[in-house]
Amino acid sequence: MSRILATGLKAPPPHAPRRLATTADVLKLQRLMTHLLVRPLTKQDGLQPTWIDGRPTAAVAAEFIKSNDRLTSFERLQLYNRMYWFRLLDIMHDDNPGLRALLGEKKFTRLTEAYLAKYPSRSFTLRNLGSRLAQFIREQPRLTAPHTALAHAVTRFEWAQTVAFDEGAHPGLTAADLKRTPPARLKIALQPYLSLLALDWPVDDYVIAVKQRDALRGAASNAVDSARVVPRSRQVARPRRGRIYLGVHRYHHRLFYKRLERPAFLILTALAAGRPLASAVTAGGRGVKPAQVSGWFATWMELGWLCRR
Amino acid sequence: MPANPFNGQTDYGIGIGLRVPHYAHILEQKPVVDWFEIISENFMVDGGRPLEVLDDILEQYRVVQHGVSMYFGSADKPDRTHLKKLKALVKRTKTPWLSDHLCWGSVDGTYTHDLLPMPYTFASAKHTAEKIKMVRDYLEVPICVENVSSYAEFHVSEMTEWEFLTEVVERADCGILLDVNNIYVSAQNHGFNPYAYVNGVPHHRVGQMHVAGHTKFEKYILDTHDHPVLDPVWKLYAHATKLCGVTATLLEWDDKIPSFQEVHDEALKANEFIDGAKQAPRKK
Repeated sequence: MSRILATGLKAPPPHAPRRLATTADVLKLQRLMTHLLVRPLTKQDGLQPTWIDGRPTAAVAAEFIKSNDRLTSFERLQLYNRMYWFRLLDIMHDDNPGLRALLGEKKFTRLTEAYLAKYPSRSFTLRNLGSRLAQFIREQPRLTAPHTALAHAVTRFEWAQTVAFDEGAHPGLTAADLKRTPPARLKIALQPYLSLLALDWPVDDYVIAVKQRDALRGAASNAVDSARVVPRSRQVARPRRGRIYLGVHRYHHRLFYKRLERPAFLILTALAAGRPLASAVTAGGRGVKPAQVSGWFATWMELGWLCRR
Repeated sequence: MPANPFNGQTDYGIGIGLRVPHYAHILEQKPVVDWFEIISENFMVDGGRPLEVLDDILEQYRVVQHGVSMYFGSADKPDRTHLKKLKALVKRTKTPWLSDHLCWGSVDGTYTHDLLPMPYTFASAKHTAEKIKMVRDYLEVPICVENVSSYAEFHVSEMTEWEFLTEVVERADCGILLDVNNIYVSAQNHGFNPYAYVNGVPHHRVGQMHVAGHTKFEKYILDTHDHPVLDPVWKLYAHATKLCGVTATLLEWDDKIPSFQEVHDEALKANEFIDGAKQAPRKK
Protein backbone atom coordinates (compact mmCIF):
# COMPACT_ATOMS: atom_id res chain seq x y z
CA MET A 1 0.00 0.00 0.00
CA SER A 2 1.41 3.38 -1.00
CA ARG A 3 2.09 5.86 1.78
CA ILE A 4 2.65 8.74 -0.63
CA LEU A 5 0.01 11.44 -0.11
CA ALA A 6 -2.09 12.62 -3.05
CA THR A 7 -1.17 16.09 -4.27
CA GLY A 8 -3.94 18.68 -4.58
CA LEU A 9 -6.75 16.98 -2.67
CA LYS A 10 -7.87 18.62 0.54
CA ALA A 11 -8.40 16.41 3.59
CA PRO A 12 -11.63 14.39 3.63
CA PRO A 13 -14.28 15.12 6.28
CA PRO A 14 -14.25 12.70 9.23
CA HIS A 15 -17.79 11.62 8.38
CA ALA A 16 -20.16 11.89 5.44
CA PRO A 17 -22.75 14.68 5.86
CA ARG A 18 -26.11 13.37 7.04
CA ARG A 19 -27.97 15.73 4.73
CA LEU A 20 -27.00 17.99 1.87
CA ALA A 21 -28.44 21.43 2.57
CA THR A 22 -25.75 23.49 0.86
CA THR A 23 -23.08 23.27 -1.84
CA ALA A 24 -20.53 23.03 1.00
CA ASP A 25 -22.24 19.79 2.09
CA VAL A 26 -22.12 18.50 -1.49
CA LEU A 27 -18.41 19.30 -1.54
CA LYS A 28 -17.82 17.35 1.69
CA LEU A 29 -19.55 14.28 0.29
CA GLN A 30 -17.67 14.49 -3.00
CA ARG A 31 -14.33 15.01 -1.24
CA LEU A 32 -14.88 11.95 0.95
CA MET A 33 -15.88 9.75 -1.99
CA THR A 34 -12.97 10.99 -4.12
CA HIS A 35 -10.48 10.11 -1.37
CA LEU A 36 -11.96 6.62 -1.24
CA LEU A 37 -11.84 6.21 -5.02
CA VAL A 38 -8.26 7.35 -5.53
CA ARG A 39 -6.84 5.13 -2.78
CA PRO A 40 -4.64 2.45 -4.33
CA LEU A 41 -6.20 -0.98 -4.69
CA THR A 42 -5.13 -3.93 -2.56
CA LYS A 43 -2.97 -6.67 -4.07
CA GLN A 44 -6.22 -8.47 -4.86
CA ASP A 45 -7.48 -5.41 -6.77
CA GLY A 46 -9.97 -4.54 -4.06
CA LEU A 47 -10.91 -1.51 -2.02
CA GLN A 48 -8.61 -1.17 0.97
CA PRO A 49 -10.36 -2.66 4.04
CA THR A 50 -9.17 0.01 6.49
CA TRP A 51 -9.85 3.73 6.17
CA ILE A 52 -7.23 6.38 6.99
CA ASP A 53 -8.65 6.89 10.49
CA GLY A 54 -8.46 3.19 11.31
CA ARG A 55 -12.16 2.40 10.89
CA PRO A 56 -13.25 -0.39 8.55
CA THR A 57 -13.80 1.08 5.07
CA ALA A 58 -17.06 -0.88 5.03
CA ALA A 59 -18.34 1.29 7.91
CA VAL A 60 -17.30 4.49 6.11
CA ALA A 61 -18.99 3.36 2.90
CA ALA A 62 -22.17 2.37 4.75
CA GLU A 63 -22.41 5.91 6.15
CA PHE A 64 -23.23 7.36 2.75
CA ILE A 65 -23.81 4.61 0.17
CA LYS A 66 -26.89 2.40 0.18
CA SER A 67 -26.55 -1.36 -0.06
CA ASN A 68 -29.03 -3.44 -2.03
CA ASP A 69 -30.07 -7.09 -2.09
CA ARG A 70 -27.02 -8.01 -4.18
CA LEU A 71 -24.20 -5.66 -3.18
CA THR A 72 -23.01 -4.10 0.07
CA SER A 73 -22.10 -0.42 0.26
CA PHE A 74 -18.45 -1.49 0.30
CA GLU A 75 -18.86 -3.57 -2.87
CA ARG A 76 -20.62 -0.75 -4.69
CA LEU A 77 -17.86 1.68 -3.81
CA GLN A 78 -15.29 -0.90 -4.79
CA LEU A 79 -16.71 -0.97 -8.33
CA TYR A 80 -15.88 2.70 -8.71
CA ASN A 81 -12.48 2.30 -7.01
CA ARG A 82 -11.55 -0.43 -9.48
CA MET A 83 -12.85 1.44 -12.50
CA TYR A 84 -10.80 4.49 -11.50
CA TRP A 85 -7.56 2.57 -11.22
CA PHE A 86 -8.06 0.26 -14.19
CA ARG A 87 -8.89 3.21 -16.45
CA LEU A 88 -5.89 5.31 -15.43
CA LEU A 89 -3.42 2.43 -15.38
CA ASP A 90 -4.56 1.48 -18.90
CA ILE A 91 -3.79 4.99 -20.12
CA MET A 92 -0.34 4.93 -18.53
CA HIS A 93 0.26 1.49 -20.01
CA ASP A 94 -0.60 2.65 -23.53
CA ASP A 95 1.30 5.95 -23.33
CA ASN A 96 4.58 4.50 -22.08
CA PRO A 97 5.57 1.40 -24.08
CA GLY A 98 9.30 2.15 -23.78
CA LEU A 99 9.31 2.63 -20.02
CA ARG A 100 7.15 -0.45 -19.61
CA ALA A 101 9.59 -2.55 -21.64
CA LEU A 102 12.52 -1.17 -19.69
CA LEU A 103 11.10 -1.85 -16.23
CA GLY A 104 8.98 -4.92 -16.94
CA GLU A 105 5.23 -5.03 -16.34
CA LYS A 106 5.26 -5.54 -12.57
CA LYS A 107 7.73 -2.78 -11.81
CA PHE A 108 6.04 -0.45 -14.29
CA THR A 109 2.66 -1.03 -12.62
CA ARG A 110 4.13 -0.39 -9.16
CA LEU A 111 5.69 2.83 -10.44
CA THR A 112 2.53 4.12 -12.10
CA GLU A 113 0.35 3.20 -9.11
CA ALA A 114 2.66 5.15 -6.84
CA TYR A 115 2.78 8.03 -9.34
CA LEU A 116 -1.00 8.30 -9.63
CA ALA A 117 -1.37 7.96 -5.86
CA LYS A 118 0.84 11.01 -5.42
CA TYR A 119 -0.16 12.89 -8.55
CA PRO A 120 -3.79 12.18 -9.40
CA SER A 121 -5.00 13.92 -12.55
CA ARG A 122 -5.21 17.70 -12.30
CA SER A 123 -6.44 18.17 -15.84
CA PHE A 124 -9.80 17.70 -17.52
CA THR A 125 -8.06 15.66 -20.20
CA LEU A 126 -6.36 12.29 -19.83
CA ARG A 127 -3.81 13.51 -22.36
CA ASN A 128 -1.93 15.16 -19.49
CA LEU A 129 -1.98 12.17 -17.14
CA GLY A 130 1.73 11.40 -17.54
CA SER A 131 2.95 15.00 -17.53
CA ARG A 132 4.67 14.69 -14.14
CA LEU A 133 5.96 11.13 -14.43
CA ALA A 134 9.55 12.14 -15.26
CA GLN A 135 9.58 14.43 -12.22
CA PHE A 136 8.18 11.63 -10.04
CA ILE A 137 10.87 9.22 -11.21
CA ARG A 138 13.47 11.69 -9.95
CA GLU A 139 11.59 12.10 -6.65
CA GLN A 140 11.25 8.35 -6.04
CA PRO A 141 14.39 6.77 -7.52
CA ARG A 142 13.93 3.49 -5.62
CA LEU A 143 10.93 2.65 -7.77
CA THR A 144 13.05 2.46 -10.92
CA ALA A 145 16.43 1.47 -9.43
CA PRO A 146 18.92 0.48 -10.71
CA HIS A 147 17.90 2.11 -14.02
CA THR A 148 16.52 5.39 -12.73
CA ALA A 149 18.50 7.69 -15.03
CA LEU A 150 17.60 5.62 -18.09
CA ALA A 151 13.95 5.41 -17.00
CA HIS A 152 13.93 9.18 -16.63
CA ALA A 153 15.36 9.61 -20.13
CA VAL A 154 12.83 7.22 -21.69
CA THR A 155 9.97 8.96 -19.89
CA ARG A 156 11.04 12.40 -21.09
CA PHE A 157 11.23 11.04 -24.61
CA GLU A 158 7.76 9.45 -24.41
CA TRP A 159 6.20 12.61 -22.99
CA ALA A 160 7.83 14.63 -25.79
CA GLN A 161 5.87 12.47 -28.24
CA THR A 162 2.60 13.47 -26.59
CA VAL A 163 3.62 17.11 -26.91
CA ALA A 164 4.63 16.67 -30.56
CA PHE A 165 1.32 14.96 -31.37
CA ASP A 166 -1.11 17.74 -30.50
CA GLU A 167 0.58 20.82 -29.08
CA GLY A 168 -0.14 24.09 -30.86
CA ALA A 169 1.79 25.58 -33.75
CA HIS A 170 2.54 29.18 -34.73
CA PRO A 171 3.01 30.44 -38.30
CA GLY A 172 6.48 29.42 -39.43
CA LEU A 173 9.32 31.89 -39.89
CA THR A 174 9.83 32.94 -43.51
CA ALA A 175 12.84 34.14 -45.45
CA ALA A 176 11.15 37.55 -45.59
CA ASP A 177 11.06 37.65 -41.77
CA LEU A 178 14.80 37.00 -41.71
CA LYS A 179 15.50 39.74 -44.25
CA ARG A 180 13.31 42.28 -42.51
CA THR A 181 15.04 42.25 -39.09
CA PRO A 182 18.78 42.56 -38.40
CA PRO A 183 20.16 39.33 -36.81
CA ALA A 184 21.20 41.19 -33.65
CA ARG A 185 17.58 42.08 -32.98
CA LEU A 186 15.80 39.10 -34.44
CA LYS A 187 14.32 36.86 -31.76
CA ILE A 188 13.20 33.50 -32.96
CA ALA A 189 11.00 31.08 -31.03
CA LEU A 190 10.62 27.36 -31.50
CA GLN A 191 7.30 25.70 -32.18
CA PRO A 192 5.53 24.64 -28.97
CA TYR A 193 5.26 21.07 -30.27
CA LEU A 194 9.06 20.73 -30.62
CA SER A 195 10.96 19.23 -27.66
CA LEU A 196 14.75 19.38 -27.48
CA LEU A 197 16.28 16.54 -25.49
CA ALA A 198 19.90 15.88 -24.53
CA LEU A 199 19.98 12.26 -23.38
CA ASP A 200 22.66 9.86 -22.22
CA TRP A 201 21.18 6.90 -24.07
CA PRO A 202 19.89 6.45 -27.63
CA VAL A 203 16.34 6.04 -26.33
CA ASP A 204 14.86 6.81 -29.76
CA ASP A 205 16.33 3.60 -31.19
CA TYR A 206 15.28 1.72 -28.08
CA VAL A 207 11.64 2.84 -28.16
CA ILE A 208 11.42 2.18 -31.92
CA ALA A 209 12.72 -1.35 -31.31
CA VAL A 210 10.14 -1.86 -28.55
CA LYS A 211 7.30 -0.66 -30.76
CA GLN A 212 8.45 -2.87 -33.63
CA ARG A 213 8.56 -5.86 -31.30
CA ASP A 214 5.09 -5.07 -29.94
CA ALA A 215 3.70 -4.62 -33.47
CA LEU A 216 5.17 -7.95 -34.51
CA ARG A 217 3.75 -9.64 -31.44
CA GLY A 218 0.34 -8.12 -32.14
CA ALA A 219 0.44 -9.28 -35.76
CA ALA A 220 1.57 -12.78 -34.84
CA SER A 221 -1.18 -13.53 -32.34
CA ASN A 222 -4.89 -13.00 -32.03
CA ALA A 223 -4.76 -13.59 -28.29
CA VAL A 224 -6.16 -10.64 -26.40
CA ASP A 225 -3.45 -9.14 -24.21
CA SER A 226 -2.21 -12.63 -23.48
CA ALA A 227 1.39 -11.85 -22.67
CA ARG A 228 1.79 -9.04 -20.18
CA VAL A 229 5.02 -10.73 -19.01
CA VAL A 230 7.40 -10.76 -21.99
CA PRO A 231 9.65 -13.81 -22.30
CA ARG A 232 13.31 -12.90 -21.94
CA SER A 233 14.02 -14.01 -25.53
CA ARG A 234 11.67 -11.29 -26.83
CA GLN A 235 12.90 -8.52 -24.58
CA VAL A 236 14.58 -5.59 -26.28
CA ALA A 237 18.13 -5.13 -24.98
CA ARG A 238 18.67 -2.06 -22.83
CA PRO A 239 20.49 0.64 -24.76
CA ARG A 240 24.17 1.26 -24.15
CA ARG A 241 25.23 4.65 -22.86
CA GLY A 242 25.83 7.22 -25.58
CA ARG A 243 25.05 10.93 -25.62
CA ILE A 244 22.43 11.98 -28.17
CA TYR A 245 20.69 15.25 -28.98
CA LEU A 246 17.13 14.98 -30.24
CA GLY A 247 14.40 17.13 -31.66
CA VAL A 248 11.02 15.40 -31.13
CA HIS A 249 8.57 17.02 -33.52
CA ARG A 250 5.84 16.52 -36.08
CA TYR A 251 5.85 17.11 -39.80
CA HIS A 252 2.65 17.01 -41.81
CA HIS A 253 0.94 15.73 -38.64
CA ARG A 254 3.24 12.73 -38.25
CA LEU A 255 5.69 12.20 -35.39
CA PHE A 256 9.42 12.29 -36.01
CA TYR A 257 12.58 12.14 -33.91
CA LYS A 258 15.49 14.03 -35.44
CA ARG A 259 19.04 13.49 -34.21
CA LEU A 260 20.91 16.78 -33.90
CA GLU A 261 24.59 17.65 -33.79
CA ARG A 262 25.63 19.11 -30.45
CA PRO A 263 26.27 22.67 -31.74
CA ALA A 264 22.93 22.66 -33.53
CA PHE A 265 21.22 21.54 -30.33
CA LEU A 266 22.93 24.31 -28.37
CA ILE A 267 21.86 26.96 -30.89
CA LEU A 268 18.26 25.75 -30.77
CA THR A 269 18.34 25.68 -26.98
CA ALA A 270 19.61 29.27 -26.95
CA LEU A 271 16.81 30.31 -29.29
CA ALA A 272 14.29 28.55 -27.08
CA ALA A 273 15.68 30.50 -24.11
CA GLY A 274 14.94 33.77 -25.92
CA ARG A 275 18.41 34.81 -27.04
CA PRO A 276 18.50 36.95 -30.21
CA LEU A 277 19.61 35.18 -33.36
CA ALA A 278 23.14 36.60 -33.49
CA SER A 279 23.79 35.67 -29.87
CA ALA A 280 22.15 32.24 -30.15
CA VAL A 281 24.40 31.28 -33.05
CA THR A 282 27.46 31.81 -30.89
CA ALA A 283 26.13 29.19 -28.46
CA GLY A 284 27.18 26.57 -31.01
CA GLY A 285 30.84 27.22 -30.23
CA ARG A 286 33.82 28.46 -32.16
CA GLY A 287 34.30 25.39 -34.31
CA VAL A 288 31.03 25.86 -36.12
CA LYS A 289 31.30 27.12 -39.69
CA PRO A 290 28.84 29.65 -41.14
CA ALA A 291 27.94 27.20 -43.91
CA GLN A 292 26.94 24.62 -41.28
CA VAL A 293 24.73 27.12 -39.49
CA SER A 294 23.10 28.16 -42.77
CA GLY A 295 22.40 24.53 -43.57
CA TRP A 296 20.85 23.88 -40.16
CA PHE A 297 18.64 26.93 -40.35
CA ALA A 298 17.51 25.97 -43.84
CA THR A 299 16.51 22.54 -42.56
CA TRP A 300 14.76 23.90 -39.46
CA MET A 301 12.80 26.38 -41.53
CA GLU A 302 11.81 23.68 -43.96
CA LEU A 303 10.62 21.55 -41.05
CA GLY A 304 8.68 24.53 -39.73
CA TRP A 305 10.45 24.50 -36.36
CA LEU A 306 11.10 28.25 -36.23
CA CYS A 307 8.61 31.03 -35.62
CA ARG A 308 8.73 34.68 -34.57
CA ARG A 309 8.87 35.47 -30.89
CA MET B 1 -38.85 15.72 -29.99
CA PRO B 2 -37.77 16.73 -33.48
CA ALA B 3 -36.54 20.32 -33.75
CA ASN B 4 -36.60 22.09 -30.39
CA PRO B 5 -34.66 24.85 -28.63
CA PHE B 6 -32.51 22.29 -26.86
CA ASN B 7 -31.02 20.82 -30.03
CA GLY B 8 -30.75 24.12 -31.83
CA GLN B 9 -34.00 23.62 -33.80
CA THR B 10 -32.37 20.84 -35.83
CA ASP B 11 -33.91 17.59 -37.01
CA TYR B 12 -30.90 15.31 -37.08
CA GLY B 13 -31.49 11.60 -37.62
CA ILE B 14 -29.27 8.69 -36.64
CA GLY B 15 -25.60 9.29 -35.98
CA ILE B 16 -22.61 7.42 -34.66
CA GLY B 17 -19.62 8.36 -32.57
CA LEU B 18 -16.48 9.41 -34.43
CA ARG B 19 -13.78 6.99 -33.28
CA VAL B 20 -10.10 6.63 -34.22
CA PRO B 21 -10.30 3.11 -35.75
CA HIS B 22 -12.79 4.45 -38.32
CA TYR B 23 -10.90 7.59 -39.37
CA ALA B 24 -9.27 6.07 -42.45
CA HIS B 25 -12.51 4.47 -43.66
CA ILE B 26 -14.51 7.65 -43.23
CA LEU B 27 -11.95 9.94 -44.85
CA GLU B 28 -11.28 7.59 -47.78
CA GLN B 29 -14.71 6.07 -48.41
CA LYS B 30 -16.85 9.05 -47.36
CA PRO B 31 -19.80 6.90 -46.27
CA VAL B 32 -23.24 8.49 -45.95
CA VAL B 33 -23.82 9.23 -42.26
CA ASP B 34 -26.39 11.70 -41.00
CA TRP B 35 -24.09 13.09 -38.29
CA PHE B 36 -21.16 12.28 -36.06
CA GLU B 37 -20.88 12.83 -32.35
CA ILE B 38 -17.37 13.75 -31.22
CA ILE B 39 -15.97 13.55 -27.71
CA SER B 40 -15.12 17.20 -27.15
CA GLU B 41 -12.08 16.48 -24.98
CA ASN B 42 -10.40 14.51 -27.78
CA PHE B 43 -10.27 17.69 -29.85
CA MET B 44 -9.67 20.30 -27.16
CA VAL B 45 -6.02 20.44 -28.16
CA ASP B 46 -4.00 23.23 -29.71
CA GLY B 47 -2.91 21.50 -32.90
CA GLY B 48 -1.73 18.38 -34.68
CA ARG B 49 -3.46 15.37 -36.14
CA PRO B 50 -6.70 15.51 -34.07
CA LEU B 51 -7.64 18.92 -35.43
CA GLU B 52 -6.58 18.00 -38.96
CA VAL B 53 -8.93 15.01 -38.89
CA LEU B 54 -11.70 17.07 -37.36
CA ASP B 55 -11.43 19.75 -40.05
CA ASP B 56 -11.60 17.09 -42.77
CA ILE B 57 -14.70 15.61 -41.14
CA LEU B 58 -16.31 19.03 -40.73
CA GLU B 59 -15.96 19.68 -44.45
CA GLN B 60 -18.23 16.76 -45.20
CA TYR B 61 -20.34 15.92 -42.17
CA ARG B 62 -22.51 17.42 -39.45
CA VAL B 63 -20.89 17.13 -36.05
CA VAL B 64 -22.31 17.40 -32.54
CA GLN B 65 -20.09 17.76 -29.48
CA HIS B 66 -20.42 15.46 -26.49
CA GLY B 67 -18.32 16.12 -23.40
CA VAL B 68 -17.15 13.84 -20.61
CA SER B 69 -15.49 16.16 -18.12
CA MET B 70 -17.54 19.32 -17.53
CA TYR B 71 -18.91 17.69 -14.37
CA PHE B 72 -21.94 19.92 -13.92
CA GLY B 73 -22.59 18.22 -10.59
CA SER B 74 -19.15 18.80 -9.07
CA ALA B 75 -19.13 21.34 -6.28
CA ASP B 76 -16.07 22.92 -7.94
CA LYS B 77 -16.58 25.93 -10.17
CA PRO B 78 -15.99 25.34 -13.90
CA ASP B 79 -12.34 25.42 -14.89
CA ARG B 80 -11.59 28.56 -16.97
CA THR B 81 -9.02 26.86 -19.19
CA HIS B 82 -11.47 24.07 -19.88
CA LEU B 83 -14.22 26.53 -20.80
CA LYS B 84 -11.97 28.56 -23.09
CA LYS B 85 -10.81 25.49 -24.97
CA LEU B 86 -14.36 24.20 -25.21
CA LYS B 87 -15.60 27.50 -26.59
CA ALA B 88 -12.85 27.49 -29.22
CA LEU B 89 -13.99 24.03 -30.26
CA VAL B 90 -17.65 25.06 -30.34
CA LYS B 91 -16.71 27.85 -32.74
CA ARG B 92 -14.76 25.42 -34.88
CA THR B 93 -17.45 22.74 -35.11
CA LYS B 94 -20.49 25.06 -35.03
CA THR B 95 -22.20 22.32 -33.04
CA PRO B 96 -25.94 23.07 -32.91
CA TRP B 97 -26.07 21.81 -29.33
CA LEU B 98 -23.63 20.44 -26.83
CA SER B 99 -24.10 17.63 -24.36
CA ASP B 100 -22.36 16.50 -21.21
CA HIS B 101 -23.32 14.35 -18.25
CA LEU B 102 -25.45 14.89 -15.20
CA CYS B 103 -22.76 13.72 -12.84
CA TRP B 104 -19.74 14.83 -10.88
CA GLY B 105 -16.13 13.73 -11.16
CA SER B 106 -13.73 16.36 -9.89
CA VAL B 107 -12.95 17.82 -6.47
CA ASP B 108 -10.46 20.53 -5.53
CA GLY B 109 -9.17 20.46 -9.11
CA THR B 110 -8.46 16.72 -9.02
CA TYR B 111 -10.17 14.72 -11.77
CA THR B 112 -11.35 11.13 -11.45
CA HIS B 113 -12.20 10.88 -15.17
CA ASP B 114 -15.31 8.96 -14.19
CA LEU B 115 -19.00 9.84 -14.42
CA LEU B 116 -19.93 9.61 -10.76
CA PRO B 117 -23.55 9.46 -9.62
CA MET B 118 -25.22 12.50 -8.11
CA PRO B 119 -26.81 12.65 -4.69
CA TYR B 120 -30.42 13.41 -5.66
CA THR B 121 -31.02 16.39 -3.40
CA PHE B 122 -32.46 19.86 -3.91
CA ALA B 123 -29.16 21.48 -2.89
CA SER B 124 -27.19 19.60 -5.53
CA ALA B 125 -29.95 20.17 -8.14
CA LYS B 126 -29.79 23.91 -7.51
CA HIS B 127 -26.00 24.04 -7.69
CA THR B 128 -25.90 21.86 -10.80
CA ALA B 129 -28.51 23.94 -12.60
CA GLU B 130 -26.59 27.14 -11.84
CA LYS B 131 -23.46 25.61 -13.27
CA ILE B 132 -25.25 24.48 -16.44
CA LYS B 133 -26.61 28.00 -16.94
CA MET B 134 -23.16 29.50 -16.40
CA VAL B 135 -21.59 27.17 -18.95
CA ARG B 136 -24.39 27.71 -21.48
CA ASP B 137 -24.16 31.48 -21.17
CA TYR B 138 -20.40 31.35 -21.70
CA LEU B 139 -20.50 28.93 -24.61
CA GLU B 140 -23.60 30.46 -26.23
CA VAL B 141 -24.93 27.10 -27.38
CA PRO B 142 -27.88 25.00 -26.16
CA ILE B 143 -26.97 22.30 -23.66
CA CYS B 144 -28.44 18.85 -23.14
CA VAL B 145 -27.51 16.93 -20.01
CA GLU B 146 -27.22 13.17 -20.15
CA ASN B 147 -28.35 10.77 -17.45
CA VAL B 148 -25.48 8.43 -16.50
CA SER B 149 -25.48 4.75 -15.62
CA SER B 150 -24.71 4.17 -11.97
CA TYR B 151 -23.71 1.47 -9.54
CA ALA B 152 -24.25 3.28 -6.24
CA GLU B 153 -26.94 5.38 -4.55
CA PHE B 154 -26.65 7.79 -1.64
CA HIS B 155 -28.54 7.72 1.66
CA VAL B 156 -28.96 11.49 1.46
CA SER B 157 -30.98 11.38 -1.78
CA GLU B 158 -34.36 13.06 -1.46
CA MET B 159 -35.96 12.00 -4.75
CA THR B 160 -35.74 9.52 -7.62
CA GLU B 161 -33.17 9.96 -10.36
CA TRP B 162 -35.77 11.06 -12.90
CA GLU B 163 -37.22 13.57 -10.45
CA PHE B 164 -33.72 14.91 -9.94
CA LEU B 165 -33.09 15.11 -13.70
CA THR B 166 -36.37 16.98 -14.09
CA GLU B 167 -35.54 19.33 -11.22
CA VAL B 168 -32.18 20.18 -12.76
CA VAL B 169 -33.32 20.72 -16.36
CA GLU B 170 -36.36 22.77 -15.31
CA ARG B 171 -34.20 24.99 -13.09
CA ALA B 172 -31.53 25.36 -15.79
CA ASP B 173 -34.04 25.50 -18.63
CA CYS B 174 -31.86 23.13 -20.61
CA GLY B 175 -32.34 20.00 -22.65
CA ILE B 176 -31.97 16.29 -21.94
CA LEU B 177 -29.79 13.79 -23.71
CA LEU B 178 -31.84 10.74 -22.80
CA ASP B 179 -29.57 7.70 -22.68
CA VAL B 180 -32.00 4.80 -22.66
CA ASN B 181 -29.24 2.25 -22.17
CA ASN B 182 -28.09 4.09 -19.05
CA ILE B 183 -31.67 4.12 -17.76
CA TYR B 184 -31.90 0.37 -18.31
CA VAL B 185 -28.51 -0.30 -16.66
CA SER B 186 -29.30 1.84 -13.61
CA ALA B 187 -32.79 0.33 -13.36
CA GLN B 188 -31.30 -3.15 -13.17
CA ASN B 189 -28.65 -2.07 -10.67
CA HIS B 190 -31.04 -0.20 -8.39
CA GLY B 191 -34.28 -2.05 -8.92
CA PHE B 192 -36.53 0.65 -10.36
CA ASN B 193 -38.85 0.48 -13.36
CA PRO B 194 -37.10 1.95 -16.42
CA TYR B 195 -40.47 2.79 -17.99
CA ALA B 196 -41.40 4.90 -14.96
CA TYR B 197 -38.18 6.83 -15.56
CA VAL B 198 -38.92 7.44 -19.24
CA ASN B 199 -42.52 8.36 -18.44
CA GLY B 200 -41.39 10.76 -15.71
CA VAL B 201 -39.05 13.10 -17.56
CA PRO B 202 -40.21 16.25 -19.41
CA HIS B 203 -40.41 14.88 -22.95
CA HIS B 204 -40.41 18.28 -24.60
CA ARG B 205 -36.88 18.85 -23.29
CA VAL B 206 -35.37 15.75 -24.89
CA GLY B 207 -33.01 17.00 -27.60
CA GLN B 208 -31.10 13.79 -28.26
CA MET B 209 -31.03 10.10 -27.33
CA HIS B 210 -28.25 7.57 -26.85
CA VAL B 211 -28.38 3.83 -27.28
CA ALA B 212 -25.54 1.41 -26.50
CA GLY B 213 -24.63 -2.10 -25.45
CA HIS B 214 -24.01 -3.20 -21.87
CA THR B 215 -22.63 -6.24 -20.08
CA LYS B 216 -24.41 -8.36 -17.47
CA PHE B 217 -22.55 -9.74 -14.50
CA GLU B 218 -23.92 -11.90 -11.73
CA LYS B 219 -24.80 -9.05 -9.36
CA TYR B 220 -24.82 -5.97 -11.54
CA ILE B 221 -24.75 -4.60 -15.07
CA LEU B 222 -21.92 -2.49 -16.47
CA ASP B 223 -22.32 0.15 -19.14
CA THR B 224 -19.53 -1.15 -21.37
CA HIS B 225 -20.43 0.17 -24.86
CA ASP B 226 -18.66 -2.84 -26.34
CA HIS B 227 -21.31 -4.70 -28.26
CA PRO B 228 -24.69 -4.34 -30.00
CA VAL B 229 -27.72 -2.84 -28.29
CA LEU B 230 -29.75 -5.44 -26.40
CA ASP B 231 -33.44 -5.99 -27.06
CA PRO B 232 -34.76 -4.54 -23.77
CA VAL B 233 -32.92 -1.32 -24.55
CA TRP B 234 -34.39 -1.14 -28.06
CA LYS B 235 -37.85 -1.65 -26.56
CA LEU B 236 -37.24 1.14 -24.08
CA TYR B 237 -35.97 3.31 -26.93
CA ALA B 238 -39.16 2.64 -28.89
CA HIS B 239 -41.20 3.66 -25.86
CA ALA B 240 -39.17 6.82 -25.35
CA THR B 241 -39.47 7.72 -29.02
CA LYS B 242 -43.24 7.36 -28.86
CA LEU B 243 -43.34 9.79 -25.95
CA CYS B 244 -40.71 12.27 -27.09
CA GLY B 245 -41.15 12.10 -30.85
CA VAL B 246 -38.50 11.16 -33.35
CA THR B 247 -35.28 12.47 -31.85
CA ALA B 248 -31.65 12.73 -32.96
CA THR B 249 -30.25 9.37 -31.92
CA LEU B 250 -26.72 8.17 -31.50
CA LEU B 251 -25.24 4.72 -31.02
CA GLU B 252 -22.28 4.62 -28.64
CA TRP B 253 -19.67 1.91 -29.32
CA ASP B 254 -16.43 2.70 -27.53
CA ASP B 255 -14.66 -0.57 -26.82
CA LYS B 256 -13.90 -3.65 -28.95
CA ILE B 257 -14.96 -1.43 -31.83
CA PRO B 258 -15.89 -3.41 -34.95
CA SER B 259 -15.84 -2.17 -38.56
CA PHE B 260 -17.44 1.13 -39.44
CA GLN B 261 -20.14 -0.68 -41.39
CA GLU B 262 -21.07 -2.90 -38.45
CA VAL B 263 -21.38 0.06 -36.11
CA HIS B 264 -23.40 2.07 -38.62
CA ASP B 265 -25.71 -0.87 -39.40
CA GLU B 266 -26.36 -1.31 -35.69
CA ALA B 267 -27.20 2.37 -35.33
CA LEU B 268 -29.58 2.26 -38.28
CA LYS B 269 -31.65 -0.41 -36.51
CA ALA B 270 -33.14 2.54 -34.67
CA ASN B 271 -35.12 3.27 -37.84
CA GLU B 272 -37.35 0.26 -37.14
CA PHE B 273 -38.44 1.81 -33.86
CA ILE B 274 -38.65 5.32 -35.23
CA ASP B 275 -41.11 4.12 -37.89
CA GLY B 276 -43.31 2.77 -35.10
CA ALA B 277 -43.16 6.06 -33.26
CA LYS B 278 -44.08 8.05 -36.36
CA GLN B 279 -47.33 6.12 -36.56
CA ALA B 280 -48.18 6.64 -32.89
CA PRO B 281 -49.77 9.87 -31.67
CA ARG B 282 -47.32 11.75 -29.45
CA LYS B 283 -48.31 12.34 -25.84
CA LYS B 284 -47.81 15.76 -24.32
